[in-house]
Amino acid sequence: MSTYTTLANFAQTAGLLYFVGMFLAIAVYAFWPRNKKRFDEAAQIPLREE
Amino acid sequence: MAAFAATAMLCLFIASGSVDPAYSFHVYLFAAASVAAIFALGNRYLARPAVIPQEINGKPNYNMAPVQFATVAAVFWGIAGFTVGLIIALQLAYPVLNFDLPWTNFGRLRPLHTSAVIFAFGGNVLLATSFYVVQKTSRARLAGEIAPWFVILGYNFFIVIAGTGYLLGITQGKEYAEPEWYADLFLTVVWVTYLLVFLATLWKRKEPHIFVANWFYLAFIVTIAVLHLGNNAAVPVSIYSPKSYIVWSGVQDAMFQWWYGHNAVGFFLTAGFLAIMYYFVPKRAERPIYSYRLSIVHFWALIFLYIWAGPHHLHYTALPDWAQTLGMTFSIMLWMPSWGGMINGLMTLSGAWDKLRTDPVLRMMVVSLAFYGMSTFEGPLMSIKAVNSLSHYTDWTIGHVHSGALGWVAYISFGAIYCLVPWLWNRKQLYSNRLVEWHFWVSTLGIVFYISAMWVAGIMQGLMWRAYTALGFLEYSFIETVDAMHPYYVIRALGGALFVVGALIMAYNLIMTVRQGEVAEPESAPALVPAQ
Repeated sequence: MSTYTTLANFAQTAGLLYFVGMFLAIAVYAFWPRNKKRFDEAAQIPLREE
Repeated sequence: MAAFAATAMLCLFIASGSVDPAYSFHVYLFAAASVAAIFALGNRYLARPAVIPQEINGKPNYNMAPVQFATVAAVFWGIAGFTVGLIIALQLAYPVLNFDLPWTNFGRLRPLHTSAVIFAFGGNVLLATSFYVVQKTSRARLAGEIAPWFVILGYNFFIVIAGTGYLLGITQGKEYAEPEWYADLFLTVVWVTYLLVFLATLWKRKEPHIFVANWFYLAFIVTIAVLHLGNNAAVPVSIYSPKSYIVWSGVQDAMFQWWYGHNAVGFFLTAGFLAIMYYFVPKRAERPIYSYRLSIVHFWALIFLYIWAGPHHLHYTALPDWAQTLGMTFSIMLWMPSWGGMINGLMTLSGAWDKLRTDPVLRMMVVSLAFYGMSTFEGPLMSIKAVNSLSHYTDWTIGHVHSGALGWVAYISFGAIYCLVPWLWNRKQLYSNRLVEWHFWVSTLGIVFYISAMWVAGIMQGLMWRAYTALGFLEYSFIETVDAMHPYYVIRALGGALFVVGALIMAYNLIMTVRQGEVAEPESAPALVPAQ
């Protein structure tokens, strides 16, 4: 196998795992029950400014 | 001051050796701007107030003058850019309007149009809103006193250099990145200052949480910096010449160009304007964003996917097949965050839909979200290789771009400008809501003319190019396809004209708001708390 094919294969596989992992981590962070209150408060920021 | 003086000296030195008159003109402009900056700094030093307070009576002392400047600049450049667009649309329908002059031919005016609407109009809207939103949501005064002005004035000076360069024939021939090396270097300095001002303002925020709009602005600023450096890695022939050569070659250069090009769409025209949506739609609807959690998923999914979508501009080229497929796949996946963001914006109105009836500004922003949904549905569709083989190089692409640019970017910008002007100039309300209604309907009609003409023209063009006779010859010569486009080009120009008229109505309304609008009452004493 040429260096190009090896590198391309590596990039494709690692990329897949990396993105799925990142997505799961973000989803868990966003939907973690304990974070709910913080996010609800943050949503009010534009509405309670002077 | 010393830096500006050094720049002025360097410019005069270069001007003495330059052989290209257009380049000499730019170098003299740089020298003049440096001298003007020295005088402005000197004046400011002499007239300096004791200390500018960060807070007055416990309230942040917001710095809104640079925001005002950028808002006015946005309206000015917007009208200029739309008008040049109308001129080149007419040139396509009636080529005699090229006037056979080098300065007014289509090839030079087209980048003038794209840069004026994207970077001059859109850029000033982003500068104005980002400086406004970051101050308000951080409850802190903009960092620095001179730096924000350097960003705003420097950016607009870059636009003048870029625009006059196109007319005089200075270009590096990269779509949406036409300015040559010296303008690129200057923009780099301005942009890094912009990033620092933004970060420093966030750093001194009084609000513990960084509001989601600021995340989008930050992604836009950082990514544009990276894209700009990557796609403009060029070596000038000499400091006496405007010409430079890019260090990338062949298909790598093409890939760099479209990695840049598509992310100019993704981060300049999308992430930055989504930031506007996340602040101005809740503010105008007086309701919090529908789901803050969705906005977090939206943000990370959008920025991680967009950066890979560029290869869809290079289908069926020398780019490796797997890279083309990767670009296509990521484009299709972008449906999810795009529509997630659109739904998040639209659902913010749940329980307040009646406001659409009475508030034309909010209606403009909601229609912009509808166009955002439509063009982010169309884009992934066109990135599919089979569809792209029909749509690529045709006017369907132009129609797609304009449904996003006019419908989404310009409308959310108009909405933000209509909000900002009364806030910044301390007016109770706009001069006339009826004129906003007129602007809305005239421009919407214009957009519909524009995009439907381009759909028909583009698909017809694509089908004519691939039509074969029974004997296997191409059925149409190229000029026959050009001839067939003529009526659609006329309809498109009509749509563009309506859009310009709408923008002029807006400008009139805004000027009258500032000149004649009723001054808003200063914050009244806090309402009395009813007895328990």
